[in-house]
Parts: sequence; C-alpha cells; structure tokens
Amino acid sequence: MISNPPILQVRDLVKKFGAVVAANDINVDISKGEIVGIIGANGAGKTCFVNMVTGYLPPTAGSIKFEGEELVGLETRKITHAGISRSFQVSQVFHSMTVGENLMIALAIANNRALDALSLMDTPELRSKLDNVLNRYKLNAQKDTTVSALAQGVRKLLDIAMAVVSKPRILLLDEPTSGISVEEKFDFMDIVMGALKEDGVTVLFVEHDMEIVARYVSRVLAFYQGEIIADMPPKKALADKKVQEFVIGKEHHKKKK
Amino acid sequence: MDTFLTILLDGLQFSSYLFIVSAGLTIIFGVMKILNVAHGSFYAWGAYTAAFFIGKFSDMGMPDALGFLIIIAAAVVVGVVLGFIIEQGILKYMYQRDEVLIVLATFGLFLVLEDIILIAFGTDPYFAYQPMALLAAVEIGGITRDVYGLTLIGVATLVAIGCWWLLNKTKWGTILKAVIFDREMGISMGINVPLVYTLTFIGGAILGGLGGAYIAPTISVAPGLGTEVIVLSFAVVVVGGMGSIAGAAIGSLIIGLLRAVAVHELPQVELFVVFAVMAVVLVFRPEGLFAPAKPRKI
Amino acid sequence: MFNDKTSKFLLVAGLLLILGGAFAPNWIVNQFMFGFSRALAILGLMVLWRTGLVSFGHAFYFGLGAYAVAILDIKLGVTDVFLRLIAGALVAGTAGFLVGFIMRNYRNIFFAMLNTAISMVLFGIVVKTEALGSTDGFAISMSTILGVSPETKYPLFVIITLVGMVAAILVNYYLKTTFGKLTTAIRDNEIRVEYLGFSVAHAIHLKYSISAILAGGAGALMAMSLGQVDPESMINWTVSGELVFITILSGPGNVIAPFIGSLVFEVLRTYAFELAPQAWQLIMGATFLTIIFFIPGGIWSVLEKIGGKKNDK
Repeated sequence: MISNPPILQVRDLVKKFGAVVAANDINVDISKGEIVGIIGANGAGKTCFVNMVTGYLPPTAGSIKFEGEELVGLETRKITHAGISRSFQVSQVFHSMTVGENLMIALAIANNRALDALSLMDTPELRSKLDNVLNRYKLNAQKDTTVSALAQGVRKLLDIAMAVVSKPRILLLDEPTSGISVEEKFDFMDIVMGALKEDGVTVLFVEHDMEIVARYVSRVLAFYQGEIIADMPPKKALADKKVQEFVIGKEHHKKKK
Repeated sequence: MDTFLTILLDGLQFSSYLFIVSAGLTIIFGVMKILNVAHGSFYAWGAYTAAFFIGKFSDMGMPDALGFLIIIAAAVVVGVVLGFIIEQGILKYMYQRDEVLIVLATFGLFLVLEDIILIAFGTDPYFAYQPMALLAAVEIGGITRDVYGLTLIGVATLVAIGCWWLLNKTKWGTILKAVIFDREMGISMGINVPLVYTLTFIGGAILGGLGGAYIAPTISVAPGLGTEVIVLSFAVVVVGGMGSIAGAAIGSLIIGLLRAVAVHELPQVELFVVFAVMAVVLVFRPEGLFAPAKPRKI
Repeated sequence: MFNDKTSKFLLVAGLLLILGGAFAPNWIVNQFMFGFSRALAILGLMVLWRTGLVSFGHAFYFGLGAYAVAILDIKLGVTDVFLRLIAGALVAGTAGFLVGFIMRNYRNIFFAMLNTAISMVLFGIVVKTEALGSTDGFAISMSTILGVSPETKYPLFVIITLVGMVAAILVNYYLKTTFGKLTTAIRDNEIRVEYLGFSVAHAIHLKYSISAILAGGAGALMAMSLGQVDPESMINWTVSGELVFITILSGPGNVIAPFIGSLVFEVLRTYAFELAPQAWQLIMGATFLTIIFFIPGGIWSVLEKIGGKKNDK
C-alpha cells in the first residue's frame, strides 16, 4: 500500500444542496488496482460522490486529484479524457440503436479527438475491436438487437462495456447489480470483474448487495449522512458495529427492489 | 403629452388583445404541454364568425347592441366546436409523442383550418363596425378615442381576474395546478386527466376565439388573419414564461407597449422589436420571465 | 469513400436527370429546379431532425441566402451563378456559425422557438426597410454562367441538379463519420455522449452550421430559379413551417429522400393549387397530418418497404 502513490486523492470534499449536506468533509485515498466497494443507505451520499468525481456535480468545496491532476472544475468529458469513466444505476445507452452500434460509437469516440471525428466511423480496425468487446462482455448474441428490446441485465452489461472502451484507469460503477435478478447477479459480476481485471482497472463501485461486496471488493467505504464512517477490508466492515447499524441494518428493512 | 397618452392607450389596447389570445395559448401549454400553432386559427375563426353574424343581423335590421352577444356566442361556439373536434379527433392520440412533433401536427391543423375559413367565408373581407359605431367616441386628456377599443382593456382585465379566480379560488383551479405541476402526480391523485385536457383545450380555444371575435369590429376581417397573431402570441408566451397566466399578462404588456412606442416613434422597428425581445428573453432566460414552478425530475 | 450504393445512385440519377432535362418541357424543368433548390435546405434540416432537433425558423438562413443574391445583384450587379450561390451559402453559413454558439445550448421547443424568433426578427427588418425592398422584395436578373448568359433556364437546372447531387453525396459521407453518427446517439442520450468524452454542444454546433450553409445555398438557388425574392415567400415563419413539412414528408432515412420529398411537395402544391385554389393548404395540411400519424418514416420509409429494404442506409 505504502509503495503505491494514490491514483485518486480526495481532500475535504463538501457538497451542500441548500440545507442538505450530501458530502461532509470527505477525505480518502485510492491506490492503483484497488477494488473499492461504496456502501450506505439511500441518501447517504454515495451517488453524489460518484457524480462529483466524474464532474456531473460541482462540489461546494474541496479537491479531487487524479494522478496528481485536479479534477474539480473539469467538464465530464474532460474527466473521461483524463482516464476516469463510469456506469450508471439506470443504464445510459442509445436506446433506439443496436448493441453493436452503441459500442461502435463508444469505440469511435474513444479513439477520436476533434477533427478525427470527420473520418469514417465504420473501419475494419474498429470492427475487430468491437468483436473483442462483444466477446469479453458476452454480448455477441445481442449484437444486432435494438437496446429497447433488451433485458435489463444485458443493458447494464452494455452500459458498463461502453464505459470501459475508452480504457479508463479508474472506473466507477453505480449499483451495477440493481435491477438484476438474484440468480444472475454472480454470473453478471463475474463477467464484468473478469474483464476489468484483465485491464488492471481501479474500480470503485456503489453497491447495495452485501453478498456482492463481500465477494468482489478488497476495501469498503461506508457512507452515512455524507461522511465516511468506515474504511476497512470487507470482512471487517461487514462485522463492524457502526456499519451494521447505519448501513446494513437499514438495508435489511428495505431489502432493495 | 398627447403622443404619450396615445401611445399608452394604443399600447394598453394592443396588450389587452394580445393577452386574451395568449392566455388561451399559455393555459393549453401549461396544462397539456402543447404549443398550439392552430391557436391562430381559433382567433381567425372567432373573428370571422363574429363579423359574419354581426353583419347578417344588422342587415336583418336587428339592434346593433346584439353585436356584443354575438361576439361572446361566436367565441364560445368556435371554442367548443373546434376545440372539442381537434382535441378528441386528433391531439388525444398524440399525447405520448414528442412535444415538437405535436407542434408540427398543430401546424398541419393550422393549414387545414385556414383553408376551411376560405371555403366557408370566401376571400372578400368582412366589416363588422356596428358595435364600434354604437359606442361612439370619448375624449380623454385632449385626445379622442373609440370607446369600443377602451372596453377591450376591460375585457382583458375581466379575463385576467377570471383566470386568477378559477386557478386560485376554485376546486377546478387546484386540480389544474396539480396537473400543471406534475401530470403523473395528478393521475395518481385520481384526477381524470383526459377530461381536464379536453376542458382545458376547449377553454383555451374559447379565449383564442374571443380575442378574434372582440377585435373583429375594429379591423377588416380578411384571409391570413391568424398567421400574424400566432407568432405574436408565441412571443408573448415565451417572454412571460410558457404556461403562466401572470407571465402572459406581463408578456402582453411588454410587447404591446413596446410595439405601440415603435409604431408611433420608429415605425421601421415595429415587428423587429417584438421578436428581438422574444429572442433576448430566450437567450438569457429561456424559461421566460415568470416561468411556473417545475417539479425536480432528478 | 464514396463507393456506396447511395452515392452511386445519386451520381447516376443526377446525370440521367440532366440528360432528360434537355428534352423535358419547360414546366417540368421548372418544377425540378424549385424542388431541388429546396431539397438542399431539407438535407440540412434532416441532419438536425435525426439529432432530434426541429427548427421552426430556418427561413432565416433560406432568406439570408436569397437576399444575399438579391443585394449582390442590385448593389454590385453580380450575376454569376456560382458567385451568387457561394455568397448565399457563405452569408447564411456565417450567420449560422455565430448563432450556433447560442443555439447549441437549446433543445426541443426552445430550440424551435428561438429559431422562430430569430427568423421573425429578420422578417420584421426586411418588411419595414425600403432599402431591402420592403414587402415587395426585388426582381433578380437572369444568372450568367462564367460570363455567358444562357438563353433558357436549362443550364441553371443542370447546375442546381449538380449542386444537389454533390451536396447529397457529401452529407451522406458526413453521416457515416463519427460526427455524423452522433445524430441518433445525441437524440437518444446526451449524457452518455458527454461521458464517452465527446462534446454534444460541439457536435450540434457543427450540424447547425451545416444546416445553415445548406439552407443559405437553397435560398440562393431558389432566388435564381424564381427570379425574385420577397419576405413573405422567403423569410416568414410559414416558410420555415413549409421546410419542416417537407423534411417530415421526406423522412430521415436517406439523403436521397429530401430530393424526392421536395419534388412530391412541388407537384402536390401545383396540383392542389390547380385543383382547388381555395383548398390547397387544406390538402397540404391533411397530408402533413397523415404523415405524422401514419408514416413517421416519411416517403423514404414507404419506398424502402416497396423496394424490400434493398437500398442501403
């Protein structure tokens, strides 16, 4: 741990919506290659944290440094260029296009900068990359299916695959398993985490499902009312009193979706 | 001083007439999220119907005072008949479609209604001066004004008060406001939204018709009437904030007065001024000066 | 790069039309000239339409193009067809590029309305300015081609057809580039495009500028074909409505569609007007409603069905 300089450095991060404090003085370092699970009850500030790191929401105060570069104030697409990508709780894909077209666009943009975008999109080079992505995310069978006709789980897979084609060094996943059935969730996560491991991506993911957390992460950040109340390995975190009371306890009441 | 008063009265009269028409447009937009290009046709239909019957009745030797009744009747009949047919026959099937596509559909309707006017009333202009002649003129501060034109200000005030009363003092107003704020919420509250839509559309259409019917005695009612009115009302509604009655009132005043100033002082910029204001508002305050509150969607 | 079916079809069809035009009667040539002039503007609106944007004010650029020709003619005596075309496209394109900085932040109704407002500002200015011809407009002298003044309108028809053909092939290419592919994608989901690392604003700005250039060119060609300009038939909001009408009528499926759609519009209007001069708008309006309701893909989708999807997209 000590030998690795942090890839992401968050300092004194604050976000207020009027009187509501969604992030209260968050400080955290993430090292390269870590798989971090972000847990917390609804409204604890998890998604808000993801939104701030990816530039969707400007923080009220504080600093977020990625490989030493300040991210606060950058537009989302500049942050993508810098090497941080994300998926969404509700998958954000092009619903009237096919899976193949979705990924082609993602690949083309990932390759292109500015005026390159005026060259033809459909090239043999891109096609072979597309096949590669389809294979890795097991989307081959759905290549020519329009997104609006896809099952929820496949959409989420596509959402994540699109986030990864730009070869980010940090990937934030916002509730990857929400909307996915209990029977499918481990298969789904095996595909995703397997593909991500190959690339050596640092992953932060927001998750409600403690089974998933226990199985896939190397470190847990527990959020409560805009603060990190626990930062420890998953086994310890899930046994932690505060975490049980403020995060898991509430979870069991609601048993998400 | 005389010029000032003339501009003021001209401006107020023009604002009043804009308000009556735009109030209907903005109510329909507020409740149904439809920017109705065919609103210009309600106006034209109101004008033609009123002018036609005022002329007919006058020819038959009926008292000219009947004209006022005809104006109101024309507005109601046009609003109810056209409003009902259009909402039930066409718009009803479009609510789930894209906002912009609905605008286009109402543009198609506008074209259709414009020509039905020509077929029904012919191309010759109509003059229905009788109600105006009846009220004669009056001297205010050294200038002579038609009383009829001044009553327009009163009618607009009545419409404004009526709308305010309906929205804020009646059960109907509460229902409307709920639907305006959030359609889904309205449905979940058990509101019969389709009925609200039909009635709103008819109500808006009546106001559009009233604008035309009331102005008919002061103008020559000729083809192409609705074409200018609809873009002017768009300007009013955009400036005030789409879907807001108070916005329509302020928008009408701004545009009516500005145009009156332009007509008297710098006629070259008469039209330019109206749309320049519209563009500037859209650029700096796209929701309009008095946009109604919106629910947070995220 | 240009060896796809659509480009080849355009090339062959264009050349055949030019050949055929030599033997066609005058009134047919005229219809094609008006139709193809307008089609240029529709091509641009189609690009916006695919992106989910409808401008209810592109008569602004159409009018700028037309009036650029008129002003050049009257003030400087410029009659060359190419100079006129370039001037129209350039004036409108510059205006579109500048307005685009604002327009790229607007969507839906606001985009439609802001365009209307801008076009009506121009309308208001032209109508009230004597120096710009006021409501009467200007007559425009016959166009010359590289110094030669043609006897008939046929040479102008040839040029319009060629310009349309080249423009369609270029737009077709554009639609296959990454920029061009970002049409449906932007319509579907802007957030994703931004997160993929591409500026939606820049993409829309480019599309808007392209549509302005094309509308300006269309206006210039129309002014030359008609031999006159006036605000009512070049700038008023009803002209913008007409352009949108043809766009929907044509359908967004292919760059050939605007040409077919514009021709159909031209024929429809001529016949509707002859058949029932009091009811031609009614016929147009009813057609428009029918398309919106029952044939959202426009004429192109019908042709595609008939052709059994043989044409490439």
